[in-house]
Amino acid sequence: MSGLLWAIIKTLCVILLAPLMAGWVKWLKCRLQNRRGAPPWQPYRDLLRLSRKNVVIAESASWIFRMAPYIVFSVTCLAVSTVPVVTVQLPVAALADVIALVGFLALGRFFLALAGMDVGTAFGGMGSSREVTISSLAEPALLMAFFTLAMNVSSTNLSTVIGELGRRDLTLYPSLIFAAMGLVLVAIAETGRIPIDNPSTHLELTMIHEAMILEYSGRHLLLMEWASMLKLTLFSLLIVNLIVPWGVALTLAPADLAFAALIVTGKLMLWGMMLAVSETIQAKMRLFRAPQYLGLAFILSMLGMMSHIVLEVR
Amino acid sequence: MTLAIAEAAVILALLSAVVPAVLFAHPRLLSRLAFVLLGAAGLAACVAGGQALLSQTSQQVVLPLGLPWLHVSLVLDPLAGLFLFIVGLITCMAACYGPAYVLEYLHQEMGPGILAVFSGLFVSGMFLVLLAADAFSFMLAWELMSVASYFLVVFQHAKLENQRAAFIYLLMAVVGGTFLFLAFGILAGFSDGFSFQTMKGTTLSPTWASLAFVCAFIGFGLKAGIVPLHVWLPLAHPVAPSHISAMMSGVMLKVAVYGFIRFVYDLLGGITWQWGVALLLVGSASAILGVLYALMQHDLKRLLAYHSVENIGIIYIGLGLSMIFQATHHAEIAALALIAALYHCLNHALFKSLLFLGAGAVLQQTRQHDMERMGGLIKKMPVTAVCFLVGCISISALPPFNGFVSEWLTFQAALQGPLLKSGILGAMIPVAAAILALTGALAAACFVKVFGIVFLGLPRCEDIARAKDPSLGMQLSQIVLAVACLAFGIFPTWTVRALNGVTEGLLGNGLTSAIDNGWLWLTPVSPQTASYGAPAVFFGLLASWLIVYALLHPLRRDNRIRIAPPWDCGFGPLNARMQYTASSFAMPIRRVFSFLWLIVEKVEPGGPGTPPRYILRVNDRIWLALYVPIGKLMLKLAERTSYIQGGNLRVYLSYSFFTLLFLLWVIV
Repeated sequence: MSGLLWAIIKTLCVILLAPLMAGWVKWLKCRLQNRRGAPPWQPYRDLLRLSRKNVVIAESASWIFRMAPYIVFSVTCLAVSTVPVVTVQLPVAALADVIALVGFLALGRFFLALAGMDVGTAFGGMGSSREVTISSLAEPALLMAFFTLAMNVSSTNLSTVIGELGRRDLTLYPSLIFAAMGLVLVAIAETGRIPIDNPSTHLELTMIHEAMILEYSGRHLLLMEWASMLKLTLFSLLIVNLIVPWGVALTLAPADLAFAALIVTGKLMLWGMMLAVSETIQAKMRLFRAPQYLGLAFILSMLGMMSHIVLEVR
Repeated sequence: MTLAIAEAAVILALLSAVVPAVLFAHPRLLSRLAFVLLGAAGLAACVAGGQALLSQTSQQVVLPLGLPWLHVSLVLDPLAGLFLFIVGLITCMAACYGPAYVLEYLHQEMGPGILAVFSGLFVSGMFLVLLAADAFSFMLAWELMSVASYFLVVFQHAKLENQRAAFIYLLMAVVGGTFLFLAFGILAGFSDGFSFQTMKGTTLSPTWASLAFVCAFIGFGLKAGIVPLHVWLPLAHPVAPSHISAMMSGVMLKVAVYGFIRFVYDLLGGITWQWGVALLLVGSASAILGVLYALMQHDLKRLLAYHSVENIGIIYIGLGLSMIFQATHHAEIAALALIAALYHCLNHALFKSLLFLGAGAVLQQTRQHDMERMGGLIKKMPVTAVCFLVGCISISALPPFNGFVSEWLTFQAALQGPLLKSGILGAMIPVAAAILALTGALAAACFVKVFGIVFLGLPRCEDIARAKDPSLGMQLSQIVLAVACLAFGIFPTWTVRALNGVTEGLLGNGLTSAIDNGWLWLTPVSPQTASYGAPAVFFGLLASWLIVYALLHPLRRDNRIRIAPPWDCGFGPLNARMQYTASSFAMPIRRVFSFLWLIVEKVEPGGPGTPPRYILRVNDRIWLALYVPIGKLMLKLAERTSYIQGGNLRVYLSYSFFTLLFLLWVIV
């Protein structure tokens, strides 16, 4: 029972701190571009403002449009609850493995894309069409990267994967390097960052995620925005904990947990910096270049899997 | 007792085919009665199959029918029971759906009567295929199923396109039947007799066994619709009445899968890994090409038919994995993969029938086949929309619905690939897993398109305004199937326990570890390796939704929602033609995978008074590359040989006589 409590506390912490992560990346990006930038806690203010506003809904919208924000948000929360953050000793990890995690995210995206098409404007359909194209290429690459890790430790359970990788010495596994590269590429695409999508644009030629949620307002928009920040945090957590698994506590001892929390925060901040730098030094891709980018991610992950089978299985 | 219920199901189905002969003067009464009998037959089959599956017993009976030296024998074991359950369930739902759907045929000459005759024969044929315990009655039932379904396909024969579809279907069925004859012939030749019991006992030399396997693979594959033998499927399934499409796509393909499993696992035995590789390759090709072709379709029912190709591919991937693991002596994993395949058979029957029934309701209400002319139906047909959405989520393999569970199990089996310790095999399995992942993602994209274009947005033609939810029976059948999709997704452990009986019969061992950890956890290999708590996921989703909703809706606050026109960028009112269409929605994917299709795209410039036209045709490369040359060759050969056709009866009789003489000479 205490395990369950811990899991709920962990999930809540991640949910509450997700806007800070998004704000941190945004702030860093502004500094790198010689702008003053809003403080990292600005997203909280935005969310608060949205929560106070009334909702405006288009007359052509159906219940899908109203329900989608709740589904998207709760599915993302559920996905977060299965990811080990500071410790691998959590009972909730058995609830769903990496395949189910990808499934949760896909379910959220399914409703997000439907919501985009619900109102019947050109923008919504455009965003949905682009989103499903990109995700239908990104999702298999993500699964392949996960499978490579899973085959390495012969488990698809995230806790087991992270715990097992964390216990290992610093041996060079070619498969893990390929998988890590694939994972990073996919994570950038899935969270809608540059070079695939730009979270801060509303230009009709380029926007993807923003086009789908263009009709949202008030608390619905709050949920959509928060869910996308949560998704950024979720993928950041996956990257830092899967690629650099050291520091995640293997027990439930308070000292270990505190230390692990510190380490994870550090890793997340570092990853945020890398994201900000990469977003500053490169431009957004043309939409039809994205398949090549995602194809690369897919091939890298496949190579990881192949090299695991060819080189590492004895 | 169980077998007696199954026999009753067959007799009821046959009775429903006889009714029109008695009541031909009262079409309305006739169609009601025929559907009641058909529903009863479905229910009986469902009960018998379920009992056989759960009790895990096998019963056999020899009927005093058939040839003098070969009586028809029937057997009901867990494998037959599982498929009988599936066929019965879907038949029952189709019978519940049918009466209101066929109303539009009432005024046709012989409409409902013909439909009832061939529906009854079709269903009884399927039941008999599942129950048959000797090759002779199996083939008889198989051909009954094929021929009856041909007449159902050609039912609306006024359209030239339907005639062509039915002809191609018949042609393929004949070719498939021939291969099955050869396959059973090889088995029967080495064992003395046609009964399955003696066939099981004989072991063939590897060459003959492989030859029999290839024949069965082609024969059953033709009916199951694997690539490249799928071409009849997207033509034939959409043109039948929708409840028949639901049965053909949801169930008849499963009967072919049943036949294949029965033949290879049960009768032939001695599975080698090469067979598994063949299945894995063909399954992967079917899965990916099926979904990609589906993405390019605008005809709702044809799109669904292409998705059947995809799902059969997924089932074949599962079967291929199980054969590879079985041949390399990893019995546990082989059982896991087989259970995944069987589970997907059940799931596909449920959600594909659901989707076809939903598509039928849309068709009946809007009179439109073309998705480009639909839109906004969610407001006109709320119940159909919800059920259709459930079907879309299930087929896209999203949790917590049933499609996810079977794909998850398939992935778990594929992830055990490193156990094989063989470079080539070890490298093949990840490729199959990658294709499965890509297929799932593309299927989700396709069903976003389907639901978004058909049910959401603004109506694209005037007929939509008159649409409303269909009659109660049609709604009920959809609701039952939608609930079943959810139930089989939330309680996978019970399903796996039932399926265990089938694998125990076929492979000699089940997958006990999967359900060791209680009903809550599905743990295919071990709890450390992978686990999925489907009920917990479902209730977790519900709980987090409720919490979020409650937090955002404090009781005393002003929660008013303002309804306003959508944002039009300040340019004036939006209209339905400004929305994305099905073609434009799929355009990015069409561009990414453009090398796979033969795309003809042109714009005809408009003149004064005529608007410009955009024409897009996406052709099946396989049809052009494989079937058109064969067709041309056949025509040429037919021309060459036509001189022996004198048109004189005596000449033909003498041909038969000399052929018979020749055959006698060969045998002696």
